[in-house]
Amino acid sequence: MSWRDRWGRVLPHLAIWPPIVISCGYVLGFSAWTIWVSFTRSTLMPDYAWAGLRNYSSMLATNNWRIACVNLLIYGACFVVFAMTIGLLLAVLIDQRIRAENIYRAIFLYPLAVSFVVTGTVWGWLLNPSIGVQKLMHDLGWTSFRFEWLIDPNMAIYAVVIAGVWQAAGFAMALLLAGLRSVDVDLLKAAQIDGAGPVRTYLRVIFPAIGPVLIAVVVMLLQFAIKTYDLVAALTGGGPGLSSTLPTLVIYDFMFQRGELARGSAAAVMLLGSLAIVLVPYGLYRLWRRRAASAHA
Amino acid sequence: MRMPSPVSRAAIHAVLIACAAFFLAPLTVVALNSLRSAEDIARAGVIGLPHALMWGNFSGTWSGLCIAEHCSGIRPYMWNSMRMTIPATALSTLLGALNGYSLSLWRFRGDSLVFGIMTLGVFLPEQMRLVPWAIVLSDLGLFNTITGLALIHIVQGLSFATLFCRNYYLSIPQDLLKAARIDGAGYFRIFWRIVLPLSPPILIVTVIWQFTGIWNEYLFGVTFSTGDHQPITAALIALSARLSDAPQYGEQSAAVLLAAAPTLLVYLFGGRYFLRGLTAGALK
Repeated sequence: MSWRDRWGRVLPHLAIWPPIVISCGYVLGFSAWTIWVSFTRSTLMPDYAWAGLRNYSSMLATNNWRIACVNLLIYGACFVVFAMTIGLLLAVLIDQRIRAENIYRAIFLYPLAVSFVVTGTVWGWLLNPSIGVQKLMHDLGWTSFRFEWLIDPNMAIYAVVIAGVWQAAGFAMALLLAGLRSVDVDLLKAAQIDGAGPVRTYLRVIFPAIGPVLIAVVVMLLQFAIKTYDLVAALTGGGPGLSSTLPTLVIYDFMFQRGELARGSAAAVMLLGSLAIVLVPYGLYRLWRRRAASAHA
Repeated sequence: MRMPSPVSRAAIHAVLIACAAFFLAPLTVVALNSLRSAEDIARAGVIGLPHALMWGNFSGTWSGLCIAEHCSGIRPYMWNSMRMTIPATALSTLLGALNGYSLSLWRFRGDSLVFGIMTLGVFLPEQMRLVPWAIVLSDLGLFNTITGLALIHIVQGLSFATLFCRNYYLSIPQDLLKAARIDGAGYFRIFWRIVLPLSPPILIVTVIWQFTGIWNEYLFGVTFSTGDHQPITAALIALSARLSDAPQYGEQSAAVLLAAAPTLLVYLFGGRYFLRGLTAGALK
């Protein structure tokens, strides 16, 4: 074999393997690394002396983590319910063969192209009682109007929900609309022949038919909620006090502001665990559906 | 389905227009505020029409506003974001296309396992990678550099780009490749002559999504860079923190608008591809 031929055989491997090794190594290696750090005594600098589960137990005992987890439950539930409801409503309305469909769709989806930092900043202004919506209402003469969620420790997390839903409802709408459009036309005709009205058709025929899409969108929204960081950082910074903090903010705080790398990593691993609670069942469900589909075929 | 009656049609449009107003409100407010004076906004609130058009807000925010200790406006930060986003988008897309091509058309043992691992990379939270990146970046001497941030986004973006491209390339018939191989074409020749000419749709989708994602990213930017090495997202937060006592809403609105402009323009011109990427990425 000539030098040239040999080179010609080696070269593709140089193109195939490094990116694959890097991306797999990145996913597995960095995860393992963070998990490892979470079991060590690292503080400001990595220190690989073994600490067992101490970081986990001390993290679970902090007020910050407890508040953040409760907030995540509130935020996640409200965010998914409202984004799904508004998304589904918009998708169904747009699905009625209306004029200017593309314009509506573009308007509902544009928040997805904008940075959470921008979104958070602007919603921070709108929800700020002294310059935003409340101020407008007062200037218009409705002086008893109160909308102070942003500075109310009991309501700040719901202010985050408003901005989060605003950003994600279009995402839900786009995916659900694609789902609605993929429903078998024969199915709809059959429903029509049976004399089912539009409400009944949607509830009995169309929504069950797009069940898998509904589940997929809920799962995507849930994982958005779990990963939410930028939006809260820009909108409330987790405040007032800790009232709107989320696990992602607590992780950052411990890792880089308190210099507690190990405890922050333990918190990150727990965040990954919560993500796994959502994604593993979904992965199994998809696997099961695929098996069922291929067994059917 | 049946066409709705004119009355319900009007009701549908009414609801949609109301929702559209809600969705457009923040953008409208920022756009109007970017032309109002700080005093006007402080007096009348952020929701209002400009009295006189303050175009000066843009020039002020672009080159005069103080962020942290540097009174250089947002220009250097926008430039940082560009220097980070463009190479990272190009390289992650290129490597992702190669990856997708290897994984879909040059099947090898364990390729679906490899693909599964990469897909996990899309879901893995950034918090799981912060500490390793901090160590790697300081070992490489890339802490607080744009190159370091670009490196993160290239590696990070590889998962997403591979996912997109691999799913797309699976639709290329294997027979096409077999025929090419019988003709003596190798890995690169097939990529260059067959796969790449079929790729523009998926490459546009990937570029749009990578550009949007990388430009808008905040956590890595704020963690691994400080001062005038920060991308625009981190600079915006630093700006509002600095101005929290005496906000300059007019100039800040102009800054926000300029920071959002690149991805909004991409969305405006590539909306079709944006949507296609969304459905391909989420529903497949």
